[in-house]
Amino acid sequence: MDVDMRPILEVKNISKRYDDITVFENLNLQVKKGEVLVIVGPSGCGKSTLLRCLNALEPIQEGEIILDGEAIRPGSREVNKLREKVGMVFQSYDLFPHMTVLQNVMLAPIKVKKRDKKEVREEALALLDRVGLLSKKDQFPRQLSGGQKQRVAIVRALMMHPEVLLLDEITAALDPEMVQEVLEVVLSLAKEGRTMLIVTHEMQFARAVADRMIFIDGGHIVEEGTPEEFFEHPKTERLSSFLAKMRF
Amino acid sequence: MNFDVITSYIPLYTEAFFLTIRIGWTGIGLALFIGVFVAFAQHFRVPVLARIAGIYVELFRNTPLLCQLFFLYFGLPKIGITIPAETCGTLGLGLLGGSYMAEVFRSGLGSIPVTQEEGALALGLTRRQMFTYVVFPEALSLSVPGIVGNMIFLLKETSVFSAISLMDLMFTAKDLIGLYYNTTEALFLLVIFYIIMLLPVSVLGSILENKVKIRTYGA
Ligand SMILES: Nc1ncnc2c1ncn2[C@@H]1O[C@H](COP(=O)(O)OP(=O)(O)OP(=O)(O)O)[C@@H](O)[C@H]1O
Ligand SMILES: [Mg+2]
Repeated sequence: MDVDMRPILEVKNISKRYDDITVFENLNLQVKKGEVLVIVGPSGCGKSTLLRCLNALEPIQEGEIILDGEAIRPGSREVNKLREKVGMVFQSYDLFPHMTVLQNVMLAPIKVKKRDKKEVREEALALLDRVGLLSKKDQFPRQLSGGQKQRVAIVRALMMHPEVLLLDEITAALDPEMVQEVLEVVLSLAKEGRTMLIVTHEMQFARAVADRMIFIDGGHIVEEGTPEEFFEHPKTERLSSFLAKMRF
Repeated sequence: MNFDVITSYIPLYTEAFFLTIRIGWTGIGLALFIGVFVAFAQHFRVPVLARIAGIYVELFRNTPLLCQLFFLYFGLPKIGITIPAETCGTLGLGLLGGSYMAEVFRSGLGSIPVTQEEGALALGLTRRQMFTYVVFPEALSLSVPGIVGNMIFLLKETSVFSAISLMDLMFTAKDLIGLYYNTTEALFLLVIFYIIMLLPVSVLGSILENKVKIRTYGA
């Protein structure tokens, strides 16, 4: 994992509110190129909201999000350009049901990046092969298992060559026997040096994949550290009790 | 049943059949066009247009086709607009069907989950691309059963055309019964020709429904 020093993603003092609910306030975060950051915290602490803000799916009320030197402002024209650089996979399989696997993964590179169809197809086939789904290329999402759908969703995001990949509890809706096949794909992406922000409740996996962990609670980053420090020597009571609850 | 009578009636019914089909399918085409347009106006909440669209849908869904045809055929000439009977039939069917089709498209568009939109946006698609490549095609797949149902409904509604003296199937049957009292034969042919007109639609419709089913949500 060649982690160089330049932050690819910088979150500066952001605050996010829904009407009267403050999800987080003055949150700061830096992610370096090639780093894998795992975000954990109790349900409702704002993990999904944070990732959604990073992809400009949610507006922020204060602060700045800087990706590769450019600020992300929801609603502005450059939002789409920035979204091209930030891939996201959600908990709910959001494959497009009316398209085959291959069409799903080829849509954005062709329509958004206007890349050559043949070249995109070749890349798509190679990536599908890598996640073990080449034989499913002409199937519709409905014909796939949950684990297969999530692997396709990962490929679909990768096809845009994102600088940063955001994964929000991508195994939370899966049957236990399918979790592993998806996590293995993510582990292999981490090994090849992808920059990723991962929200997960799978603590074993978090420990294996993370370069750095953060724990969010009550709208703040309560604790931050290497997986080793985080799991072996939690500094705060809140983190220890959270980890105890996760039966780790 | 007298088969000579039946044979002698067939040419008349065939002619009526083609007239009915011509008006029926032109009307359906018009209905689809109006339906999409109206559903878009409502879905995107286009100012003014969405309001008009809503009034249009309620007006035409809640009045019988017969009234609409009377209005077009007998009412409009009173204010100086005379439309040929066949055009009235097509227009009436298109306007009635448009209100039904609009509801189908609108509910289709409305039932695409927001996660689909976000999935598309997250890939860098613009809102327009999201609608063109994701939301609309998905809504269309969901709408197929409703569209097919409406097509069958509209083809059956052609049976009121005789009221504005269009020589459709129903008109032909009534006319022949009135002239020759061969009720059994006339009605028999009427049923046969309606089946010939509608059966292919429902068979092809079911095949299409099965085809698109795999393209909608579900496990
Ligand atoms: N659209 C919204 N409108 C109002 N409040 C919202 C909205 N979305 C999220 N929230 C609130 O923001 C807070 C953070 O939600 P979020 O989904 O980010 O939590 P989370 O950490 O991802 O939880 P989980 O682990 O259950 O997925 C919650 O209190 C939630 O109720
Ligand atoms: Mg969440």
